[in-house]
Amino acid sequence: MADRRPVPFRGGGFSPIPVRHAAAIGFAVLLALWEFAVRHGLVSPLFLPAPTTVVAALGDLWTAGTLWQHVSESLVRLIGGWCLGTLAGLAAGLAMGVWSLGRAVGVPLVSALFPIPKISLLPLLILWLGIGEASKIATIALGVFFPTVIATYSAIDAVPRNLIRMAQSFGLPARDVLRKIVLPGALPGILAGFRISTSIALILLVSAEMIGAQYGIGAFVLQAGNLMLTDQLLAGVLLISLLGLAIGTGLTQLERRLLRWR
Amino acid sequence: MRLVCESVGHKYGALDVLDGIGLTVADGECLAVVGPSGCGKSTLLGIMGGLVEPTAGRVFVEGAAPAGSLNPITYVFQDFALLPWRSVASNVALALEHHPLDAQVLAARVDDALARTGLREFRDAFPKQLSGGMRQRVGIARALAVAPAVLLMDEPLSALDAQTRELLMEDFLALWLAARTTSVYVTHNLHEALRLADRICVLSRRPGRIKQIVGVGVPQADRALPAAARAMAELAEQLWHAVRAEAVDAEREVADG
Repeated sequence: MADRRPVPFRGGGFSPIPVRHAAAIGFAVLLALWEFAVRHGLVSPLFLPAPTTVVAALGDLWTAGTLWQHVSESLVRLIGGWCLGTLAGLAAGLAMGVWSLGRAVGVPLVSALFPIPKISLLPLLILWLGIGEASKIATIALGVFFPTVIATYSAIDAVPRNLIRMAQSFGLPARDVLRKIVLPGALPGILAGFRISTSIALILLVSAEMIGAQYGIGAFVLQAGNLMLTDQLLAGVLLISLLGLAIGTGLTQLERRLLRWR
Repeated sequence: MRLVCESVGHKYGALDVLDGIGLTVADGECLAVVGPSGCGKSTLLGIMGGLVEPTAGRVFVEGAAPAGSLNPITYVFQDFALLPWRSVASNVALALEHHPLDAQVLAARVDDALARTGLREFRDAFPKQLSGGMRQRVGIARALAVAPAVLLMDEPLSALDAQTRELLMEDFLALWLAARTTSVYVTHNLHEALRLADRICVLSRRPGRIKQIVGVGVPQADRALPAAARAMAELAEQLWHAVRAEAVDAEREVADG
């Protein structure tokens, strides 16, 4: 036929194509611009120190030995608060997930209390528990508790009913249904909840330490700000980011190990 | 073991799903239940299996379960209902673990069920690695492992493609002929019903009532033979005639509602 034309390609539905190294390059360009701007006087180093200065400040803190003191105090609060909140949240979420009365009582209660910014309760908790560690740990635990409850009972809801019916049809006792079907089935949702609760814990940690602590990364950042030591301030921020990154990586590893079947 | 339904009915709220089902599945019989979508076939099976509470009537079993039967009334599910976090062998073992069995006895039962369903090489695979047909084999193996006295199958092949369905049906028939377990097979596929069942119960559109029960005179092993072709075709015609009228009405009803 004379009138023959190729059919043109009209698009693949905007499906993303992986671009190698793009993320690393983007990151490097941003840092380079920042460094360049500071070195050439476009930005005052007092207000925004160069990335190399920030890293140097972090190195100084490390050699001076103060770094570990701040980090260790923060870690104790973070781990203590998160574990407490998570244990309580898992228990409450489980009760609400599998027990009708628990759900009837719990869901409205959690919905009502969840929106309270937990840091606003710190002054009250200080009155109750004193200015020491307990009030900070309690604030973090409270902040972790609610998202854990919600993640847990939603994850239990998301377990296919059909699997539970299957287990019942084979006569599995309720305890086994819970242990062998409900909990493993809810695990992906619970682990996803850990991501949210750890980031909340980190925010509350820093806030609580800024309100009333002598040591801790939050306290350190605040003090550096008061003294206009912006390189140290940003070193602290960098440290918090690294902590968050480490937690995220740890959770990814945990998911890989526990959810290999997915 | 016999399974007896006495005027079983079921309502979901105001919706009348099943009405006055009286039915006896004889010992060693395979009864197929067919009918249009939404006629309550699966609900009836759920009631027979104790997974749905009937709002009227009762279901009984009569006679002793064979020795070694761990779960007299056993289900095979349309969507396989496998635990994705357990391997094939472990999915089969799930049905046995809560019984007081020696570890060796349990392992032997699992091995036997896997061997009978052709799953031996796949024992360590996870469900996501298997094709639909293989997954349903696991579902069948799990049911065989408990040595059921009554096997309840809820559209077990509906989620599979046509070729896999055909293959699995042949295997299933061989297994069934070897054991002759009392079975109820719910399907919307008349071909499956005609291949497997001794009797076929046609349900009407909602609320599901028994419209007709057709006995398939030809033994299962002979049904594929050329000599039986004519009788089977006539039966298929008769069944389709019964189901068609209900299906047409049911479809209109859904469209209207």
